[in-house]
Amino acid sequence: MSDEMGFGFGEDAQIVKRTARRFFAEQCPPDRLHRRVAVEGGWDEAAWRQAVELGWLAAGVPDAAGGFGMGVAACVGLMEEVGRAAFPGPLGPTLWSTALLTAGDAGGAWLRWIADGHTMSPAVVDRDGALDGPATVWARVDESGAVRLDGTAGWVQDAGKVEAFVVRAAGPAGEGLYVVEADAPGLERVGDTIWDLTRDQARLELRGVEVTPDAIVAAPGRAAAAVRAAEPTMLVLLAADMVGAAEWQLQTTAEYARTRTQFGRPIGFFQAVKHPLVDVMVLVDEARSLLYDAAAAIDRGAADVEVVARMAKAAAGEAATYASSRSVQLHGGIGFTWECFVHVWFKRQAHSAVLFGDAARQRARIAEALVGPIGGVAA
Amino acid sequence: MQTADAVESPEQSAFRAHCRGWLAEHVPPRPRFRLPQSPIEIETAEQLDYLRTWQRAAYGAGLVGCDYPSAFGGGGLSGCQRVANEEMAAVGAPFLPNIVGLGMAGPAILVHGTEAQKKALLPGLLAGDEIWCQGFSEPEAGSDLANVQTFARRDGERWVVNGHKVWTSLARFASHMILLCRTDRESRYGGLSYFAVPIAGGGAEGITVRPLVKMTGEGGFNEVLFDDFVVDDGCRLDAVGRGWAVAMTTLVHERGAGALVTPKAGAEMGAPTTEASLGEALVGLLHTSRRGGRPAADDPVLRDRVVSLVMRERALALSRRRAGVAALVDHPQRLPLQFKLLQSEIVQAIAQLACEIEGQGSVLHHADPHAPAGGRWPMAYLNSFGFTIAAGSSEIQRNILGERVLGLAKTR
Repeated sequence: MSDEMGFGFGEDAQIVKRTARRFFAEQCPPDRLHRRVAVEGGWDEAAWRQAVELGWLAAGVPDAAGGFGMGVAACVGLMEEVGRAAFPGPLGPTLWSTALLTAGDAGGAWLRWIADGHTMSPAVVDRDGALDGPATVWARVDESGAVRLDGTAGWVQDAGKVEAFVVRAAGPAGEGLYVVEADAPGLERVGDTIWDLTRDQARLELRGVEVTPDAIVAAPGRAAAAVRAAEPTMLVLLAADMVGAAEWQLQTTAEYARTRTQFGRPIGFFQAVKHPLVDVMVLVDEARSLLYDAAAAIDRGAADVEVVARMAKAAAGEAATYASSRSVQLHGGIGFTWECFVHVWFKRQAHSAVLFGDAARQRARIAEALVGPIGGVAA
Repeated sequence: MQTADAVESPEQSAFRAHCRGWLAEHVPPRPRFRLPQSPIEIETAEQLDYLRTWQRAAYGAGLVGCDYPSAFGGGGLSGCQRVANEEMAAVGAPFLPNIVGLGMAGPAILVHGTEAQKKALLPGLLAGDEIWCQGFSEPEAGSDLANVQTFARRDGERWVVNGHKVWTSLARFASHMILLCRTDRESRYGGLSYFAVPIAGGGAEGITVRPLVKMTGEGGFNEVLFDDFVVDDGCRLDAVGRGWAVAMTTLVHERGAGALVTPKAGAEMGAPTTEASLGEALVGLLHTSRRGGRPAADDPVLRDRVVSLVMRERALALSRRRAGVAALVDHPQRLPLQFKLLQSEIVQAIAQLACEIEGQGSVLHHADPHAPAGGRWPMAYLNSFGFTIAAGSSEIQRNILGERVLGLAKTR
């Protein structure tokens, strides 16, 4: 808030971003990432533990709950570097969960738990993977007075890596948010087989999972408001990952166009290669500008955060999709192989692009705000 | 949607207050005659008089040329022209007619001119007393500007110029021209020299100005023929053979990527409306147009396309701001070199979509009383090609971006 000229991106945020860039360059260079996720099959848990040591899980947790209380602008800088490195690990999901817990009315203890170095992932999306609801899990009070959850929550990110979930569940008094630990009796994580090699995803099967009162982080009837309040932050953090990844795709493909020779010239000489690369850069920069603006808007509590956050996600989606397609196409035959690194980012981007609603979905929602509802009748 | 005000220096804040105070009382009423869409379409003397009077007044109040040194007629401030431009835009002031002088000749003279040249030329340029035009393009030197063939032959302390310049906006009204000539046929880049010459509205001896009509039906465009036109050597900017460097200084400012902020009032280049944003105008058009018996605002495809362009326009405005934040840019020229390309292409896309939303109504010329929105959208669409072609076409801009920012091999 101190520095609007800099989109609220202050000195501390710059230090976090620089530290992250250096850390990933050392701990997660593309060749090592490719070997881990695409050759050996898995992820680098040692590198992840080092990232946890740096305290990034506490980045979004308010000072009062023992965190660093970094603004969204600073978290965006961090997530850009995560995306650039395509770094596997549940940092994104934990920051999303932090936003949900902060928006709920009773998440303080769990925020402190995250600040202590624990991980959490949201299980709040609807059947279509969007954040609009309705919930697909039900909360009931059993004969002993305990709250129990039943149902299936799909599309849960990094579900195999986190220690807990924040679950959206419907009950007679409306939808609430409940924290469920990964080892809770009655909870089964059924892993999906996904294309993205840098993440994992599961659906949670809940059969009478008991939640204690301290795990009710948004009371029944309050979940929709909490999700709505957290959604801009979730969208913007995901967009940051995509913008960082798209910048990697741009630079990597430009490097190839500078060095790969055909017809006696570096292929970047040819305008059929040069101009699409410039168009990738333009899309990345449009997305970046909308991203920083949205992050600053959230940090200063602007009234139009929903619209500008959706713009950031939509623009990041367009940039990610085009950067991905050109990264493979302009690498030519080698780009189509498993041994070339670009498919790792391609798949991460394809995954991010649809998560929490793709670009067209975001634009449809923006249109409701800017043009008005279809049929001219307010919803 | 508001974008937060930038943090300002005390000098800038005080200057902003001065601009606001002065503009509140001195913006002239609209004239009874039609004003052109931009300075380069000025066709009549009364249009020029109205606009020149306004520029003179704005200059007198310190709003034009405020960042130029006071020794050369400027205000001697720094970082204030952007402030003045914002304030002039905010009140919908008329544009400044000396666009070539302010945006191109001024920076070239300030960077490359001698002390005497700066003293002699800049005050009249900033005030609008002397209108400038640009003699760069030729029939065989458009995108390939270094192929300029107009030849200046040295004759003692004079140069004798023969050749043919085209697309010369304002030539009929201009007292001066920036003129790029070949002075050596042996060297492509090193054989160019650059002159700032008086042309007396095309009435100077050895010059013929012939009007060209644009695809819009508008004039304002000319070709200029030189037949033993004599130029004093004192008009030369920088050394003989340094013309390409001066031309690059000129072009980087023309594209809005130079060190000096160009004094500018009114809307962005090519913008055909006075709405705060063209995207807002598109949204308005969705509500006033119909499609298949229903409001166009109900058409999901049009809604999607309008939102896409609203986002692009907003992103460009934000990128202009981000370009000033060192921590948020990877390469100093990466954003500025995109501005001309994006501004012209976004305006073109918006005008094209506006015509599509208007549907059948968009076939009506602005001279037709039934034309929707006064017929401005089809006109804007036709006109938009001037901006995607001029000052280095979009294709050339993509070459420049690919080469200077991404380091790709140079296309010759």
